[in-house]
Amino acid sequence: MGAYLDHAATTPLGAAAREAITPWLGELFGNPSGSHPVAARARSALDDVRDVLAQALGTVAGDLVFTSGGTEAANLAVLGRLSHTPGAVVVSAVEHHAVLEAAHVAQRLHGADVRVVGVNAQGQVDLDQLGAALDRSVSLVSVQLVNNEVGTVQPLDRVARLVRRRAPQAVLHTDAVQAVPWFDIAAMAEGADMISISAHKFGGPQGVGALAFRRPVALGATLVGGPQERGRRAGTQNVAGALGMAAAMEATAAERSREAARVRELRDGLVSEILGRLRGVRETAAGAERAPGHCHLLVDGVESEALLVLLGGMGVSASAGSACASGAMEPSHVLTAMGYSETEALGALRLTLGHTTTAEEVEYAAGAVVRAVEQLRRGARMPVAAAPGP
Amino acid sequence: MKRVLVAMSGGVDSSVAAALALAQGYEVVGATMKLWGGPSDSGCCSVADVEDARRVCQQLGVAHHVFNFTAEFEREVVARYVSAHEQAATPNPCISCNAHLKFDRFFERARQLGFDMIATGHHARVTCTDGVFRLRRGHDPAKDQSYVLYMLGQQQLSSLELPVGEMTKAQVRAVAADLRLRTAAKADSQDVCFISRQGGRQAFLGERIPVRPGRLVGKDGSDFGEVPELELLTVGQRRGLGTAVTGPERRYVVGVDLATRTATLGSLEDLLVAEIPVADVSWSAAPVPAGTAVMVQASAHGRPLAARWQPSRPHAGRVVLEERARRIAPGQAVVLYEGDIVLGGGTVPLPA
Repeated sequence: MGAYLDHAATTPLGAAAREAITPWLGELFGNPSGSHPVAARARSALDDVRDVLAQALGTVAGDLVFTSGGTEAANLAVLGRLSHTPGAVVVSAVEHHAVLEAAHVAQRLHGADVRVVGVNAQGQVDLDQLGAALDRSVSLVSVQLVNNEVGTVQPLDRVARLVRRRAPQAVLHTDAVQAVPWFDIAAMAEGADMISISAHKFGGPQGVGALAFRRPVALGATLVGGPQERGRRAGTQNVAGALGMAAAMEATAAERSREAARVRELRDGLVSEILGRLRGVRETAAGAERAPGHCHLLVDGVESEALLVLLGGMGVSASAGSACASGAMEPSHVLTAMGYSETEALGALRLTLGHTTTAEEVEYAAGAVVRAVEQLRRGARMPVAAAPGP
Repeated sequence: MKRVLVAMSGGVDSSVAAALALAQGYEVVGATMKLWGGPSDSGCCSVADVEDARRVCQQLGVAHHVFNFTAEFEREVVARYVSAHEQAATPNPCISCNAHLKFDRFFERARQLGFDMIATGHHARVTCTDGVFRLRRGHDPAKDQSYVLYMLGQQQLSSLELPVGEMTKAQVRAVAADLRLRTAAKADSQDVCFISRQGGRQAFLGERIPVRPGRLVGKDGSDFGEVPELELLTVGQRRGLGTAVTGPERRYVVGVDLATRTATLGSLEDLLVAEIPVADVSWSAAPVPAGTAVMVQASAHGRPLAARWQPSRPHAGRVVLEERARRIAPGQAVVLYEGDIVLGGGTVPLPA
């Protein structure tokens, strides 16, 4: 028995996506940029799924750029916009590194004034601070829909209204990567100009994503070369990946309300089981609207680095939220922004549920978390071993 | 089956240690400590070294984890290193790292995770006679690392495997090559891991503490000019003392006084001492009785000197040398041996 509770990191490929991809890994192929029938076939398939995705994201006229994933989409939104229209960049403190690092590069390359807006203890962007950061010098605002670590939903409609009022010339980008499995993006991101998504977070393949445009945005390219994607993203498109992403989007949309309710109930059960059986565990962002699949806990007196090792040994895949290039755990910038100390942040445990999660998995995981935390808190001493060889 | 957590740096010794522990029938898991977060010669966070350790574990078919101990490393190793220089001592950061990170923090983590033992790639040996664990010199005299492990007590020794201690470095590399481990031909690490070759000690300390000039004076008060960085001088040093220190006679630093911002120079004869004070002494097993004949080593690859141990207070005393030897800088570790057995050791204190 085990439990895969790291769906926010990546979720298994769905059946619909697999079905859509498979022919394009076999008999079907073609470069959409060519002019012969084989190319036309690929182009037609790509255009069809562009429309499917554009509609799901509420964009007009199929204006959507295929990318290699959420990171590239966010990079293109920030750096593409800044390279075309210099100005200040306003981001929330809890954005994904794909946005935050891109903002820092914009500062270096384009002299952008980067303004980081704080969040409250629930991880929601502080609207007063946001208002104060907005003025006519702002070129881009980037606020996520759902936080990847704690699952907090941002008040994007209110963010959008503030942006329209205080910085009407600014473009609003939203990183919707974590939101797609749970929310109707077309409705939720109505006020955004650009939306980033990543296929593998909702049952599509890894290595493909998109930046969708709800309103026309003038953008410089971050990948240059051929004229693909109307000159905004050079390079032959990942046709199979795009087809898989669109199929996953359709499947997700069809099941969304049922799945969200089912997973929310499992998540709530998981949280109450763990909180009921362990002292010194707090649920993060418990007072905020959150993604149904996110369970984020702070465990007192336990280092998540050790907790994850024990959970892994019991077959439970979990996360602490943030790791550096070496794989070592780092105190999370999200928790720090929410006002938690570094020590508190080092006891973070993120369990994220998804479309394959079952009640049995959740029950097993709850038991495993309780056992692992108890073992670590006991601080079991190593027994004195028998003598080693001479 | 005993469970062993192997501390893997990404080098050949710990790679082979993991392979040998596995061959001995232990259940093996590898772990790499992320210690230094700043710039280094092996790249940011030493990601390449972590990857080497991970790839070796994958090849051996064992799990691998990364532990982020940068905060403890900064506090217990780097901060101590810096503050020792502030007091004109010459610390050995590898020893602090062994005492506070590898054999304390890592050891505790292994315990918490339910491991029975830890293993490292150090060139030293652990034996047990009549229930007493002994740390001994490694088989390869050129690679022996028992000196930097002198602080290990019974509790740690009883749960420690040193699989490469019985081997020469050449044998370790041969085993690695036989097993086709990717680290087989990897160069040995050298120097202090958190100090880059480019900037050196000078740049590293200069960013952290005021490093200022001082005067060089003879024992008779004669003036030998100025050195730009008094905090970087070490007792026993002869080179790099500036152009005013000339003449046929070799002159050495025999003392550094930060209060008066002077370093005293003297001849080799002035450098020689009959005894070495030792503080913060720890014993591998029981404390050694007064007057015990020991061999004393005062640097990583220094020549052992015959001496007798004379305790003064608990955890402090002096070694009385059979023949006078060069003064040892404050902050350096002094390790007491009986044959190839480590009895214990301590640190040369600052002059009172």
